[in-house]
Amino acid sequence: MLAETADGLYCSAGRFHIDPWQPVERALITHAHGDHARPGSAAYLCTNETVPLLRRRFGPDAPLESLKYGETRTIGDVRVSFHPAGHVLGSAQIRIEGEQGVWVAAGDYKRAADPTCAAFEPVRCDTFITESTFGLPIYRWDPTEIVIAEILSWWAANREADKSSVIFCYTLGKAQRLLAELARVSDAPVFVHGMMLGMIDAYREAGVSLPEVQTVIERAKPRGEKRSLAGELVLAPLSARGTPWMRRLGVHSDAFASGLMRVRGVRRQRAYDKGFVISDHADWPALLTTIAETGASRVLATHGYAEPLARHLSSLGLDSGVIRTAWEGEPSGD
Amino acid sequence: MRQFAELYDAIDSTTSTNAKVAAMAAYFAGAPRADAAWAVFFLTGRRLKRLVPHASIGEWTLAATGLEEWMLGECYSVVGDGAETAALLLDAVPAALKGWTTTDIVQPFRAADTSSVAPLALAAWVEDRILPLRGLDPAEQQRRVTAWLGDLDRLERFILFKLLTGEFRVGVSQTLVVRALAHAASLEASLVAARLMGEWTPSAAWFERVLSAEHTDDDRSRPYPFCLAAPLEGDVTSLGELRDWQVEWKWDGIRAQLIRREEAIHLWSRGEELITHRFPEITAAATHLPDGTVLDGEVLAFRDDRPLPFSHLQQRIGRQKQVAQMSRAVPVVFMSYDILESDGEDVRPRPLSERRALLESVLATAGVLRVSPEIVGSSWQQLAGMRANSRALAVEGLMIKRRTSSYGVGRKRGDWWKWKIDPYSIDAVLIYAQPGSGKRASMLTDYTFGVWAGEELVPIAKAYSGLTNEEIAEVDKWIRRHTRERFGPVRHVDPVHVFELGFEGIAKSSRHRSGIAVRFPRMLRWRRDKKAEEADTLDTVRALLEKADADVR
Repeated sequence: MLAETADGLYCSAGRFHIDPWQPVERALITHAHGDHARPGSAAYLCTNETVPLLRRRFGPDAPLESLKYGETRTIGDVRVSFHPAGHVLGSAQIRIEGEQGVWVAAGDYKRAADPTCAAFEPVRCDTFITESTFGLPIYRWDPTEIVIAEILSWWAANREADKSSVIFCYTLGKAQRLLAELARVSDAPVFVHGMMLGMIDAYREAGVSLPEVQTVIERAKPRGEKRSLAGELVLAPLSARGTPWMRRLGVHSDAFASGLMRVRGVRRQRAYDKGFVISDHADWPALLTTIAETGASRVLATHGYAEPLARHLSSLGLDSGVIRTAWEGEPSGD
Repeated sequence: MRQFAELYDAIDSTTSTNAKVAAMAAYFAGAPRADAAWAVFFLTGRRLKRLVPHASIGEWTLAATGLEEWMLGECYSVVGDGAETAALLLDAVPAALKGWTTTDIVQPFRAADTSSVAPLALAAWVEDRILPLRGLDPAEQQRRVTAWLGDLDRLERFILFKLLTGEFRVGVSQTLVVRALAHAASLEASLVAARLMGEWTPSAAWFERVLSAEHTDDDRSRPYPFCLAAPLEGDVTSLGELRDWQVEWKWDGIRAQLIRREEAIHLWSRGEELITHRFPEITAAATHLPDGTVLDGEVLAFRDDRPLPFSHLQQRIGRQKQVAQMSRAVPVVFMSYDILESDGEDVRPRPLSERRALLESVLATAGVLRVSPEIVGSSWQQLAGMRANSRALAVEGLMIKRRTSSYGVGRKRGDWWKWKIDPYSIDAVLIYAQPGSGKRASMLTDYTFGVWAGEELVPIAKAYSGLTNEEIAEVDKWIRRHTRERFGPVRHVDPVHVFELGFEGIAKSSRHRSGIAVRFPRMLRWRRDKKAEEADTLDTVRALLEKADADVR
């Protein structure tokens, strides 16, 4: 049903690609992250919630069509529908039904609750294409409340020491999730880097409720007199690290919010003071649960630790394999 | 353990030395004495002799998680640390992974519930639990350790595994620990530093003595902290006038302090090990020193007025028995280059020129105890020429010390320089790569290099240091895209990139396929200008070996 090609996964029965790496005739998009949604294709199909996000990335004239979660569309010889993946706003698993049975390409997904997007729904299928960004048993996420409590106590300790706190995180997904989770337990305002405003607004347009934020630059008084950010919490994209913008923060402690921070060596290699292990990807137990819940007899793994996951599944008696990806780097969604 | 784990976390969560010192000082001021004593023991890098083999931790983890061994290997290559891999895997242990049903696989995450258990203090952990493991059979060790895990959270488990395997390390230097102790007790750092030297057993009473405002008898056998030299990297003429500097050979032996106080003699290595009884000829000669003398110098294997290679000395270090017999086979001298105490007085604050005069007044230039001769040259150029001859004299280069300098504590830049000879160097091709450990986990940073033997590249050295972080990232990315084969964590890569490798020594070896072993290899430069076929051949390397042999003869 789906085959690996130089441009990514291709469905010949429906003449479309899923998350292609190059411009193609028709692209079905699981979610709006840059390593899944590339510009330049002639036609796109995605979920309704993904539209405002892709408009911001591709421009107002991009040829986007969208479906509701669960709505079915016939394309060529197959029937296609999108189902919540719980990764970021609008993220979807793509279900394809045709003569060769039911396939589900899950894209990136997570099972933990996230106030900013629809929760993952298991979809029964014959062949399941799972992500494996964190496909090793060392990856296991603590409950979100615990991580948020860790963030609050680190923030409080920095405030005590008259320092500002900066958390680096991805602009699409993680930033909004952190804002929403923090707003549940704290009334203190959170500052953001200006680059984050666009996607925060896009989330609001899609109906996600997020607390008010201020940018670091707005903190300056009208006459240009600077007010200190000591004691404040700031969210910033990774690209801001080490730029002159950081000077505005004054004395600060920095952290990275990512599943990658589960490994101490990775945090130290990048010299973050603190790592908060909070991910928009499935951890090891969530991968195994999900795979079992789909009832799939065949599982293909892609991204990250695909080989070890596939090997583990084989040892459990499941038909499994690996799909290669052009993205050998870091998961952008995390 | 909880308090100690929190201290570890505080040290690990900051790069600021002041914050680290503050965290330690707060711990020392508040922790029970016995715990603080063990904390000093571990923080200063002292180790319990390995109680549990590395492999056991892995085996127990597999037994508890039901994972297969290859998976442990995959995880290790990402984490780069055995204890951490185990702690992460043991985070939640499913009851069974055998059946293929949801309920078997999915166990809700449960953080170890530590609140209901009275936390056991660090000293009790070490003395009542960890040390008694020694000598127990592996099954009993496994039973005990596994039972303890329930009381510990992830970080504490990690620390426990580190203590068990003797690999506990934390990002503070001894100097910082000393500073924190001095701060906690309002004492001079130099006094605390001296009290931490040498051998001691952690206990509440010991910790009291470290922080005591009064001098104790114990202080009499202690060496002074060693003054260390910094490597000279720039142009030697930047040091200014030659006459302001005292120049000596840099000896390749064991740095040591020889103490003669109140009729007793102690010989301490720089590793703070008491080695008095390994070198009876030095101890015998030291009985002739005036009472209240402390000398700094080098223990050297020495015959016919020249040093023997370091490997000879190693035979003496390892030997506890038959010392007399060995001392005939490998004679040693104590080559002294400084005096720290004279007539019972601490002379470290006096200028080097005065200390040198004192040293020459107590020692001759020959005999078992002798003065390291001063090298006299008319110019830096002339000294550079003498340095170039180092290998032939079996020394490592030159030491350059400011004549007005006091004897400092630790590595203080600017007064003492070591100007070592350039290492050997070759151009070799990157052939294998595997993930590094610790900070470099999940980056491919441990490389194997080969040189040409006909059409084939023969491994010649492994190296992992010398590149910048940017270069490491670039090589890592390249390797991932140019992997030919994988053997577990090891990747065989396309032979494309050439690196200039430096190493300190070269010797014949029957254990290496190339027939050659190199000492302390590291990468000097990434030779992007060279193609793989332009790298050195095994014959070139053999020629270095022959030359090295000739130099020593």
